[in-house]
Amino acid sequence: MKTFVYIDHFKGEVQPASWEALGLAKSFGAAIALVFGKSVDAVAKAAVEYGADEVLVADDSSLEDYRAETYASTLAALASSLNPNLILFPTTARTRELAAMSAVDLNTGVLTDLIALEANGDSFVATRPIYEGKLMEKIVCAGKPVMATIRGRAFPKPERVSGKSGTVTKVTAAGEAKSTVEGYSASESAVNLGDAGIIVSGGRGVSNNPALTPPAGMDEKQAEVWRAQQGFALVTELAKLLGGAVGASRAAVDGGYIPYAHQVGQTGKVVAPDLYIACGISGAIQHLVGMRNAKVIVAINKDADAPIFKQARYGVVGDLFQIVPALTEALKKKLGK
Amino acid sequence: MKIIACIKQVPDSEAKVKAEDGKVSWGDAPLVINPFDEYAVEGALQQKEAHNGTVTALCVGPESAKEALKHALAMGADEAVLVSDAALNDLDTVGAAKVLAAAIQKIGGADMVFFGRQTLDNGAGLTPPQTARLLGYPMLGLAGSIKVEGSAVTVERVLEEGRQIMKATLPAVLSVVQSIGEPRYPSFMGIRKASKANIPVWSLADLGISAPAAVVTRSELITPPTNTREVEMIAGETPAEIAEKLADKIIAEKVL
Repeated sequence: MKTFVYIDHFKGEVQPASWEALGLAKSFGAAIALVFGKSVDAVAKAAVEYGADEVLVADDSSLEDYRAETYASTLAALASSLNPNLILFPTTARTRELAAMSAVDLNTGVLTDLIALEANGDSFVATRPIYEGKLMEKIVCAGKPVMATIRGRAFPKPERVSGKSGTVTKVTAAGEAKSTVEGYSASESAVNLGDAGIIVSGGRGVSNNPALTPPAGMDEKQAEVWRAQQGFALVTELAKLLGGAVGASRAAVDGGYIPYAHQVGQTGKVVAPDLYIACGISGAIQHLVGMRNAKVIVAINKDADAPIFKQARYGVVGDLFQIVPALTEALKKKLGK
Repeated sequence: MKIIACIKQVPDSEAKVKAEDGKVSWGDAPLVINPFDEYAVEGALQQKEAHNGTVTALCVGPESAKEALKHALAMGADEAVLVSDAALNDLDTVGAAKVLAAAIQKIGGADMVFFGRQTLDNGAGLTPPQTARLLGYPMLGLAGSIKVEGSAVTVERVLEEGRQIMKATLPAVLSVVQSIGEPRYPSFMGIRKASKANIPVWSLADLGISAPAAVVTRSELITPPTNTREVEMIAGETPAEIAEKLADKIIAEKVL
């Protein structure tokens, strides 16, 4: 069994689920890591240290910035000449495109966002959530190679062995770019909820602190957003203490309290962290479908009838503006931070 | 400016979806336009308005999917086309892309082809890039803002790490995300127009293709167990006391 593992990175920063994919590949047999980009020796070295049997590096100025077309052509050319049984990817914005396009070239299919993958003779059976996690399906791919993107945190991450050496082979880039990258704005929206082990989220309730007096001269809407931002500061402080990410409900995003990249739920991200703390979120079904697979859910809301409590492991009926900072303080003390 | 917005019809988010005899059942819950695709229609209409264009809404689905197309018409799309054929029951994503690409070619191509980021049902998000690959158009995925100048299109892609600014020459396939702007509500006039619209239905024979064989197929459908554990409410005299108890509970879960 020969598996390609595409190591997804942004300017050398690797998406952690790439290593989880590498670990999964090893469980099936030989794992060959693919690293595309420009000056990516450090990524290739990390792939060896995480257990790749071989690393194929396409180091080319045409691959300096991720572009779907050139990356897909490079991947398809490698797969055509080396015939892997399986190609694994972490599930990210880039890999969905990359896998989709190279599957067209290779005349095969893609199994996306998997939470389980089992070898079945020469083939594979994959498990993935559909209908916003309301159902699970098992699917198979009749094409060769089987292409699969795995969900972050669904598979164990292999140990990294520092200083390990291995075979790194240079390969060539292929394909013609159809776009140019003009730049980046590493905005406040840089947030990766999919890989977060802990998420603290805020909803409409974060804007409702009557104790706050907005600065003079604000209209009603500006005052609401200003209040919400003070509320999100409390949410962020707790998230920071726990090393987690900040999430939000659609109401909070639509209200302009926080950029949409933070949104959990329908039209946002589906997440499954170990701990999810919902602050001032009532729990519309559109939000619940995005977070109900979290291991432990804590809900803090002033409305005892809020649907979020039906989904939660622990609930507090109370004022989030008092409870959240008190919880931050209590955890800080108990965790010795 | 010729614009096509590709949409799909899905069960409403509130639907109680379950597995029944190996098939997906949503009871009598309404079918709606895929919520992500409302953003695609919105993005298409913004470009139509900015560049004096026309928007054709395109959907592959059963006869009932005309309702989703009518929603797009009511929002302001000029025309709608449904591709429907009994042979299309088991489409996978690349199969859907092949049918859409053939329909787009039958329409005569487009300057911009819009998609939502993904669908609510399958959720794979593969069809937009696969359609782009088949058409040979550049793929500008996850666009949060779009600017067209002449034949050049510049988008801000919303990625995990921030925003990537990307430029390509039209025609192009774009998938849009929420920061494109809230989808407009159908106007009264729009609803009237949509209710009277005669939506053409194209079969595979009309497109001159045969049904694409599914490469990815489902072998089993499972309804996951529901959460049956009762919530434990934490109470106390003061916020500090509640926080103290809650912190202990969280630490005892060993998730930190």
